[in-house]
Amino acid sequence: MLEIKNLHVSIDGKEILKGLSLSVKPGEVHAIMGPNGSGKSTLASAIVGHPAFEVTSGSVTFEGRNLLEKDPEERANEGIFLSFQYPVEIPGVSMVNFMRTAINEQRKYRKLPPMSASDFLRFMREKKALVDMDNKLTNRSVNEGFSGGEKKKNEIFQMAMLEPKLAILDETDSGLDIDALRIVANGVNKLKSPEKSTILITHYQRLLEYIVPDYVHVLHDGKIVKSGTKDLALELEAKGYDWLK
Amino acid sequence: MEKQYIELYKAHHQLIKQNSAAVINRSRDAAFAKFESLGFPTIKHENYLYTDLKPVFSPDYGLNFRRLSFPVNPYQTFRCDVPEIYSYQFFVVNDGFYPPKEEHNGNLPKGVIICGLKEASEKHPELVAQYYGKLTAPQNDALVAFNETFAQDGFFMYVPENVHMDKPVQLVNIMRSDVDLLANSRNLIIIEKGAKAQLLVCDHAMDDVNFVANRVSEVFVGENAVYENYKLENTHDKTANLATVLIDQKESSDTLMNIITLNNGISRNNIEVAMNGEKCEAELCGMMIGGGQQQIDNHTTIMHNKPNCHSNELFKYVLDDVSKGAFTGRIFVEKDAQQTRAYQLNRNILLSKRAKVRTRPQLEIYADDVKCSHGATIGQIDEQALFYMRTRGISLPEARLLLMYAFAADVIENIRIPSLANRMKMLVEKRMRGELGMHEGCTLCMH
Repeated sequence: MLEIKNLHVSIDGKEILKGLSLSVKPGEVHAIMGPNGSGKSTLASAIVGHPAFEVTSGSVTFEGRNLLEKDPEERANEGIFLSFQYPVEIPGVSMVNFMRTAINEQRKYRKLPPMSASDFLRFMREKKALVDMDNKLTNRSVNEGFSGGEKKKNEIFQMAMLEPKLAILDETDSGLDIDALRIVANGVNKLKSPEKSTILITHYQRLLEYIVPDYVHVLHDGKIVKSGTKDLALELEAKGYDWLK
Repeated sequence: MEKQYIELYKAHHQLIKQNSAAVINRSRDAAFAKFESLGFPTIKHENYLYTDLKPVFSPDYGLNFRRLSFPVNPYQTFRCDVPEIYSYQFFVVNDGFYPPKEEHNGNLPKGVIICGLKEASEKHPELVAQYYGKLTAPQNDALVAFNETFAQDGFFMYVPENVHMDKPVQLVNIMRSDVDLLANSRNLIIIEKGAKAQLLVCDHAMDDVNFVANRVSEVFVGENAVYENYKLENTHDKTANLATVLIDQKESSDTLMNIITLNNGISRNNIEVAMNGEKCEAELCGMMIGGGQQQIDNHTTIMHNKPNCHSNELFKYVLDDVSKGAFTGRIFVEKDAQQTRAYQLNRNILLSKRAKVRTRPQLEIYADDVKCSHGATIGQIDEQALFYMRTRGISLPEARLLLMYAFAADVIENIRIPSLANRMKMLVEKRMRGELGMHEGCTLCMH
C-alpha cells in the first residue's frame, strides 16, 4: 500500500530524514518510535505533503502511484489521513461546514455527487457516536477553545468521517489522560479493517497497550535503525533508546 | 482643480436655485463661500492622506442643474424576482428622487414621510428647515461644502415620535448617464423620539462612464430612538463614491451602521457620530472587499460628548491585486463624558504582495473614568490553517475561501435583520469566489 524507499527530507536546508525505507501493507499497524528530533514528525509531514518539507531524494508511492507529485489535498483524497500532534484552531469555520466541505471535496475527487444535507447529518451523527464526540464540540468552530484531549478526539472523529485507507497518528497519545487515551484508542480500533492501515508515531509504549502494532520501528537520526514486533516496544520501554545508537 | 467648479457656480447659481427649493437654497451661498476658501483637500491634508481627490475632480463632468430626467425605469431594471416585497423601496437616480410607486407610499405607517428632499422642502418647509444644514454647518470639510453648494435634491425620511417602522426602508442609489457625470445628492433623515427605523442603502452604477457621487446625509436620532443603516456598495471601477454621513444622537438612542463594499472604484466614507445625550449606543462596522485597483477609505469619528455612552467599531478589509485600503478611527471623549466605553478594531487581510492598507486609530480622551480600546492587525491568510484543511482533502482555493468567509462572519452577524444578513452573507461569499457581477446584489426584496 505505502512504499517508502531511501527517503531524504530537508527543512530549511537541514536534512532530517537520511534514507528512510518503509513498507506498509493493507491491514497492518506499524508503530514508529524514537527519541525527540529523530525525524518522526518529519516523516508524517513528508507523507502528507507539508510544503515546508523538501524531499531531496527517494520515493514514496501509495497504491502504486507516486505520492510526491501530488498536492496535500490530493493525497488526502487518495485516502491518506494525518492526525496532527498539534491540531490547528480555525476560528469562524464551523465543524459542520468544515466536515461537509471536506466530505464533498473527497466525493468530487472520486467523481461522486455531493452528499445531501440530511444524509450528511445522519452520517455525522453515526460517526460522533463511534468516537463518543460531544454535540457541543461539533457545534463550535474547528478546534477553537478545545482542550488538548478534545482536540485529539476531534482528530479521530475527522478520521472516522473521512474513512482513510491509511491513517497516520502523530503523537496522538501526548497530552492525554488515561481515560481520554482509552476513548481515542477505542475509536481507532473500531475503525480498523483488513483493508485499512495505520502508522502510529509515538514516544512511549503506553499507546501500544491499547492499539497493538504488527511491527515496531525505531527511528534514529533520520533512519530506521531497528525493526521488530511489539516486543521491541517493551524492550525500548525497559532499556531506553540509548542502546540502539 | 476647484476653479472650474467655482466658475460653474458663479455662472449657474440662479439656475441651481430655481431648480431646487427655498430651504435648501438658504445655506447655499455660505456653503459656496466655504468651499471657495477651503478648496479641495490635497493628500497632505490630515484627513485625506490616503484618498487623492485630484484625479476624481479634475476631469470634466456633466452636472444636471436643470433636473432633466434620465431615461431609466428603476422599477423595471431592478425588478424584484420574488413576489413578496418585504421593504419599502425608493430610488434616487443620480441626485434626483425617482417618483415612487403608489403602493409603497400608501402603506407607510401613519405620519411617516418619505419623499425627495426637494419635495419635502416644498411641502414641509418648517420641518426641513429645522434640521437641514444643522450638522453640516460646523463641518470644515470641502466635500460637505461642495455638496451643499450644488445639492438640489435627494432622499428625505421622517419617522415621527414613537412610530416603529414595520418594514425596512430601502434606498437604491443608481448612477445612470451616457456621459461622465457628477452628482451631489443630499439626504435628510429624522427619527424622532422613541421611533425605530431600518434603512438599507444600495449604491449602484449602471453605465460604463465615469461617475462621481458626492453624497451627504444628515441623520437625527431622537431620544430612545433606534436607527439602523445598512449600506451595500456594488458599483464599478469608474465610480468614485464619496459619502459623508453625520449622525446626531440624543439620550439613550441606539444607532448601527454597517457598510459592505463589494465592487467600486474609489470609495470614501466619512462618518461622524456625535453622542449628544447620555446612554447612547453606537455600532459601526464594515466589510470591505477590494481587488483590481479598488480604493476604499473609511474615515470614522465618534464623539463621546456625554457620559455613559458606548461605541463599538469593527472594520475588516480583504484586499487583493493592487487594491488599497485605509481606515481612520477617531474616538473623541469629552471631559465630562465619564463612564464612556469605546472599542475599536480594524483587521485586514492582504491577499497579494502589492495590496496595501493603512490603519490609524486616533483616540483623544479628556475624561478620566473611561474604558477604551483599539486594535489593528494586518496579515495574510493563516498558512497553518490552510495546510490543515488541505490534509482533509479541501482544495487550496476552497480552503482560502472558507477562511475568508470566516473572516467576514462577525461583520455580517452584526446585521440585525436575519434575512438581510443571509443575503449579505451570500453576496460576500459570491464576491469572494469572484462570481459577483457589478450590477448584481441589489436585493430589492429581502426574502
